[in-house]
Amino acid sequence: MRKILKLSFLPVLASAVIAFQPATSAHAEDGPTVKKVKERGQVLCGVHQGRYGFAIADSKGKWKGLDVDYCKAVAAAVLGDASKVKYLPMGSVQRFPALQSGEIDMLSRTTTVTLTRDSALGLNFGPPTFYTGTGFMVRKSIGATKVDDLKGAAVCVFPGSTTEKNIAALFASKGMDYKPVVIESSKQLVGAYMSGRCDVLSMDQAGLPGHKQFDAKNPDEHEILPGVFSKEPLGIGVRAGDDQWFDIIKWVTHVTFNAEEWGVTQANVDKMKAESKDINVQRLLGVKGDLGKKLGLSNDWAYNVIKQVGNYGEIYDRNWGPPLNLARGVNKLWTEGGLMYGFPMK
Amino acid sequence: MSDISKPEDQARTGGSFLYNQGFRSIAYQVLLGGVLAYLAWTLYANVNANLERQGIATGWDFLNTSSGFDIGESVIEYSAADTYGKALLAGILNTIRVALFGIFFATILGVFMGIARVSKNWLLSTLASWYVEICRNVPVVLHVIFWGTVIHLLPSPRKAMVPFEGAFIMNRGVVMPFPVYDPAYPWVGAAFVAAILGVVFLNKWAQRRREQTGQYISTLWAGLGILIGLPAAVWIAFGAPLVWDVPALRGFNFQGGLQLSPEFVALLIGITVYTAAFIAEIVRSGIQSVPSGQIEAARAVGLRPSFIMRYVTMPQALRVIIPPTASQYLSLTKNSSLGVLIGYPDLVNIGNTTLNQTGQAVEAIAIMMVVYLAISIVISTFMNVYNRLVAIKER
Repeated sequence: MRKILKLSFLPVLASAVIAFQPATSAHAEDGPTVKKVKERGQVLCGVHQGRYGFAIADSKGKWKGLDVDYCKAVAAAVLGDASKVKYLPMGSVQRFPALQSGEIDMLSRTTTVTLTRDSALGLNFGPPTFYTGTGFMVRKSIGATKVDDLKGAAVCVFPGSTTEKNIAALFASKGMDYKPVVIESSKQLVGAYMSGRCDVLSMDQAGLPGHKQFDAKNPDEHEILPGVFSKEPLGIGVRAGDDQWFDIIKWVTHVTFNAEEWGVTQANVDKMKAESKDINVQRLLGVKGDLGKKLGLSNDWAYNVIKQVGNYGEIYDRNWGPPLNLARGVNKLWTEGGLMYGFPMK
Repeated sequence: MSDISKPEDQARTGGSFLYNQGFRSIAYQVLLGGVLAYLAWTLYANVNANLERQGIATGWDFLNTSSGFDIGESVIEYSAADTYGKALLAGILNTIRVALFGIFFATILGVFMGIARVSKNWLLSTLASWYVEICRNVPVVLHVIFWGTVIHLLPSPRKAMVPFEGAFIMNRGVVMPFPVYDPAYPWVGAAFVAAILGVVFLNKWAQRRREQTGQYISTLWAGLGILIGLPAAVWIAFGAPLVWDVPALRGFNFQGGLQLSPEFVALLIGITVYTAAFIAEIVRSGIQSVPSGQIEAARAVGLRPSFIMRYVTMPQALRVIIPPTASQYLSLTKNSSLGVLIGYPDLVNIGNTTLNQTGQAVEAIAIMMVVYLAISIVISTFMNVYNRLVAIKER
């Protein structure tokens, strides 16, 4: 409870921080963010308060999820140790002010990349680490099998999310009315749906299987409606104006894609480093070339990422394998017909 | 006095007006004002410079752009095609709505509990003190969350509870029949206002009559008659139009009638129950602050109990009750912002969404602060005027 309260004041705090920061910008050899991260010895990473597959704290308080793994990957690349991350769970509303004000270094929180967020919010976004879209979950008992059956339904949705706008546009285009029920706290929102306050729970479709599996008393009573109703490329957000930090985020993401494509895994990375004759792999793992130095990092940055966190396929399977069993779909590598496409690392 | 001190003053100030008291006090105020203005300006310039440096959009243009999100309940017509400005207005009206109802019910409940607490009836006073102690010692946040959770545990629309024909209580809120609008209703409303004025005049007349002749005229029944009779006469004159809009279950939800969302109901109950506990204590202390000698004296001159309450106890108790009650009204209004936790679309809820969709945190928060400030100032002005009316006048 106290957390919710504290968090709801964050936007206020954040604007106060913006108000009192001296209006100067420091440019050193290392970018300001890398400098701060190295001094601190920790990456401050904004994550979801609790969404299965993306970021959720287990019973021992250990964070798990795809978004969490990317926080770790960045820590491994910059500090050489994937465990040096401080996770700051964020609501949908306070995530951007927290990033803008410097309270977090990176926002890895199921955040859709949109033009407005990229421009007017003063942010930059790395390559998408996950593609999804707005999905709907309903109780089977209401007898709806497709979105067109949802006329007049009460829909539970997060405030300030792209989902909130997508639903408004979708229902308007179909000429259907609905009642939005908008709650920021993840627990309260899912609880409202489960208790029957809403007919429909709507969020990024990838978030739904987890709530169905773990939050429902009986998962079989619920159904995720077919179809994805928007484009939601989820990417890591950073403050605009720090090119080095942005580059690091961008290329750490490409490391995970490329490692999967080139068959470098957590298990075989040491062997690959010692034996691989592939020039791409040699450059990636810092055997040849100076890719790491160009980013202002050590040359084994990518090795650390793969060794400590793994390639994209491993990250995906770890978080979306059993019991969620979410098919990879468009999140496959481009070589297998998906959208994940690592840029050349040379 | 002043004639004597004047030459002395002039003598002390001498030629230098630096020692002039009037000049000094003005100079200090100018200095203080200047420092404040400088601080405000620095803050403003700093915010602007920082926002610009970070490439964050600023300005108020977003108020005129289409919001693209829907609001669950609104006093005014609102759709996703409307502007952020209108969305915020809908939020402001929702805040005012829950605050007004909250103040109304908290006052009634609080006064009742306060009087119950000084009652000689042991059961009543014990129950009232239990209520006060439990409710005011639990944080208001928990009250709101508690009622938000309780209301979600109510049955679904298909199994809704039916307290009386046409009304339903369920986890989608409370719905009940409501009269369909008829052109006669504004006239009935006007007649009701006229009746209130009539009762006020009647009381004034009866009081003057009593002061002049010593004869007591009870205005209770006559007053009630005017209050009910006049609007009723107007209503009948228009042909007694009355069509009930009875809610019915269509599709997923009830349509028609008066609909109160569960978020509104939960927030209203939460802040009402919490604030009423404080008002009860204020009323109790107000009543107990009247010296018992006053009441004994009133009895001694043979006033009847209802007169003692009305002409001796209440005028003195109100003096104690009004100012702290005003601050309870203010905190109730501000506490209504906790609706954001359970999803009531109040100003903070919509302000937060606006902030997130546009990224203009400084502007959105400034709007919220200014609106709460304005509402609070209106309430406290109103209460100050009322306080002046009931204050004991020195004659």
